[in-house]
Amino acid sequence: MDYEVIFTNIHLYIEGLWVTIQLVFLSLVCGFVLALPIALLAICRSPWIQIFPKTYIYFFRGTPLLVQMFLIYHGMGQFEFVRESVIWIVFKEAYWCALIAFALNTAGYTAEILRGTIEQTPFGDFEAARACGMSKSTMYRRIILPGTFRRALPAYGNETIFMLHGSALAGVVTIVDLFGAAKVVNSRHFVPFESFITAGFFYFCLTFIIVSLFKKLEFRWNAHLRPRKV
Amino acid sequence: MKKLITLTLLVLFTFTSNVSANEWDKIRIGVEGAYPPFSSIEKDGTLKGFDIDIARALCEEIGAECVLVPQDWDGIIPALLARKYDAIIASMSITEERKKKVAFSEKYYNTPAKFARKKGSGIIISKAGMKGKTVGVQRATIHDNFITAEFGDSVNIKRYGTQDEAYLDAIAGRIDLLLADSIAMDEGFLKTDKGKGWEFVGPGYSDPKYFGVGAGIAVRKNERELAKLFSLAIKVIRANGVYHRINGKYFAFDVY
Repeated sequence: MDYEVIFTNIHLYIEGLWVTIQLVFLSLVCGFVLALPIALLAICRSPWIQIFPKTYIYFFRGTPLLVQMFLIYHGMGQFEFVRESVIWIVFKEAYWCALIAFALNTAGYTAEILRGTIEQTPFGDFEAARACGMSKSTMYRRIILPGTFRRALPAYGNETIFMLHGSALAGVVTIVDLFGAAKVVNSRHFVPFESFITAGFFYFCLTFIIVSLFKKLEFRWNAHLRPRKV
Repeated sequence: MKKLITLTLLVLFTFTSNVSANEWDKIRIGVEGAYPPFSSIEKDGTLKGFDIDIARALCEEIGAECVLVPQDWDGIIPALLARKYDAIIASMSITEERKKKVAFSEKYYNTPAKFARKKGSGIIISKAGMKGKTVGVQRATIHDNFITAEFGDSVNIKRYGTQDEAYLDAIAGRIDLLLADSIAMDEGFLKTDKGKGWEFVGPGYSDPKYFGVGAGIAVRKNERELAKLFSLAIKVIRANGVYHRINGKYFAFDVY
């Protein structure tokens, strides 16, 4: 075992860690903002409206994240009209390509989580809200969505961790994230075990932080379900 | 000359009959498959290129069966050490850093490295001329080491797993400059349809400090005998015209 090369290259890992955190955080935020309207459209009864969110969800859950990222990174670069247009400023950068792929992908999964949870809202919640004379939007804002977020929390925690691990794919398109850093160290010093176990250790720490964050959130949001102190 | 060849062949024959015929009736060779014209995978899945032909010729000379194993560049040395194959013939330059992990045969070819730029971009090869430009190289190659050490503070370096990916991004316009082996880039990119918009710029680089003394065949350190066997076989195919024939298939001049 040769951990000296890890310590001399630790700055690469730290920079990679920062890129990973940025990518995951931004894609989760964008993904969630995108997922909410998709989920709300998906619970509409009209099949004409449903077709859009359903297609979106099917597409992003039906293809691997790596394929989606290659389509955006390599696929977009193939077309002359994309390269000539203004949007090339965005697609030119590997970072934005990865971010777009991640955000669109996690939006698909998150939308499905939210749709399922909204549909499982106890009917009593709707009834009570209507009995109070709430309009549809007020009802969703005050009753349905807060309840949904609360119940969707464990599933969304899972999605967050999947997104973190999925972000390792960024290393495939020249981005030096945590995994990218490990690849650089490995290919320079030929120490695959040490370089990848170090990346694994950092991912492990990040997962630990995410898990404890969600634990805290669950504790707060489900306060009313805790046994009361007498 | 003829006498010399016969003599070498004789030496080789006795050598092989003593060593290789017993120990090496089959040699597994790691190759890359994404580095035209030295090594590429055809549409039908077969391997093709200068490295591949040389590998086959050397095996034949040694009198062993050749099993070619395609392997990504990133893991090509670890896989050798993990005994997934016995030798690497993948245009690997003989450098000090690599010698810490593997043993090399004598070189089997040596060509300089060069930059290429997009036609009409007017980029000049100097620290000032390249400031802020993006250079694409293959990760953990001599070219990566050179650009990182010499120009690392003035350019953005994009590192790719294979040379082919670097070409893809060059066509897409994601990088301003390429740095690679001049022959590999000329035959594998510039002379092809895809590379039409690109051209060589600047001098050829061959400083042994970065670029080593040419491409050699890598083996595990405890099997230096095999490297010697390869060195001898290289001498033989240089002498008997096999090398010349393979060389002529791909290049207009002698790359040795």
